[in-house]
Amino acid sequence: MNRYLLAALGLGFAAGPALAADGNGAGLLQSQCISCHAITKPESTSLDRLWERKGPDLYYAGSKFNKPWLEKWLQNPVRIRPAGEFYTRHLKAGDKEDVVDESSLTPHPKLSQADAEAAAAALMALVGPADLVSKGAFKGEKVSMAMGGMFFGKLRGCGACHMAKPGFGGSSGAELYTAGERLQGDYIYSYIKNPQRFDPRIWMPTLNLAEPDLQRLTGYILQLSATEAK
Amino acid sequence: MMMNNRQPASLFSVAGLALASCLMLPSANAAAADEQYAKAARNYDTYCVQCHGINRNGRGINSRDMSVQPRDHSDAKGMGSIPDEEIFQVIKEGGLSVNKSVLMPAWGNVMSDEEIRELAAYLRHVCNCGSSK
Repeated sequence: MNRYLLAALGLGFAAGPALAADGNGAGLLQSQCISCHAITKPESTSLDRLWERKGPDLYYAGSKFNKPWLEKWLQNPVRIRPAGEFYTRHLKAGDKEDVVDESSLTPHPKLSQADAEAAAAALMALVGPADLVSKGAFKGEKVSMAMGGMFFGKLRGCGACHMAKPGFGGSSGAELYTAGERLQGDYIYSYIKNPQRFDPRIWMPTLNLAEPDLQRLTGYILQLSATEAK
Repeated sequence: MMMNNRQPASLFSVAGLALASCLMLPSANAAAADEQYAKAARNYDTYCVQCHGINRNGRGINSRDMSVQPRDHSDAKGMGSIPDEEIFQVIKEGGLSVNKSVLMPAWGNVMSDEEIRELAAYLRHVCNCGSSK
């Protein structure tokens, strides 16, 4: 069994049916999730740890995700990162360029509705360090999709690693046309501003964006989701 | 058949072993190269592979839809035309800093100057070229 299989979809639960029928989501996280995910801040932030971990850190999940999305996704998990996580473990040479080695990816286990709701509640309680996500940093102003798209694509090159629409863009980063449903605006803002504050060795670079550009890009990504949903 | 350059030092090592029966030196050199570039190769596999490819040929998984194709690091002629200091700068400060594509981001917030210098040296190993400038 591929030890990284659970990382493929971004979250990893090895849960059986109705594990948290009693609503003990914290117990579910403790018993089922910590083999793949850090639910407390890890002591090591080394490159070795990045290579060894099986799934994304969840110790700040409550400052990152939207609860309704978590509940829905845990019951019907779909891949968020086209090349899985850690992307470099799931590549093979193709005829023209590298492609995803699908055989290295395995679907994430589904949770029952009760377990998903309990787990989501427990995850939302994991807010992480107070200074990690800047509460209220994203001002929530509407942005021009044309301007945002130009900034996202030509001016800053975000599309090199991320997909702003299904099937077009990079595969090493998370798809972003579902980001507005998945993620909180303040998290998107804070992560773009400095990904290395969340994980010093993560493979997303810091773009050193000015404040107006951070607002514009965060707004664009959130609206992108809404646009794609129509 | 595509060559897998992901660990070129390892391939070199294999070649060195094949020659070891008649000459011990290549094997010893290859082992030294493995050790010398191990850390840089790890960084390459973490950060650079997404665009520059597991074969170091500019055909990374992200290259499919990119408007400017990533540099082929196995191209001795192309890489040889880039001065050492420019390789360091483009990794640390990104493509725009040397009037190249914005699609090459700045990695100075992720890797230390020492790591970037090691990575630049590793690129010379991959292209099997020095700077012609």
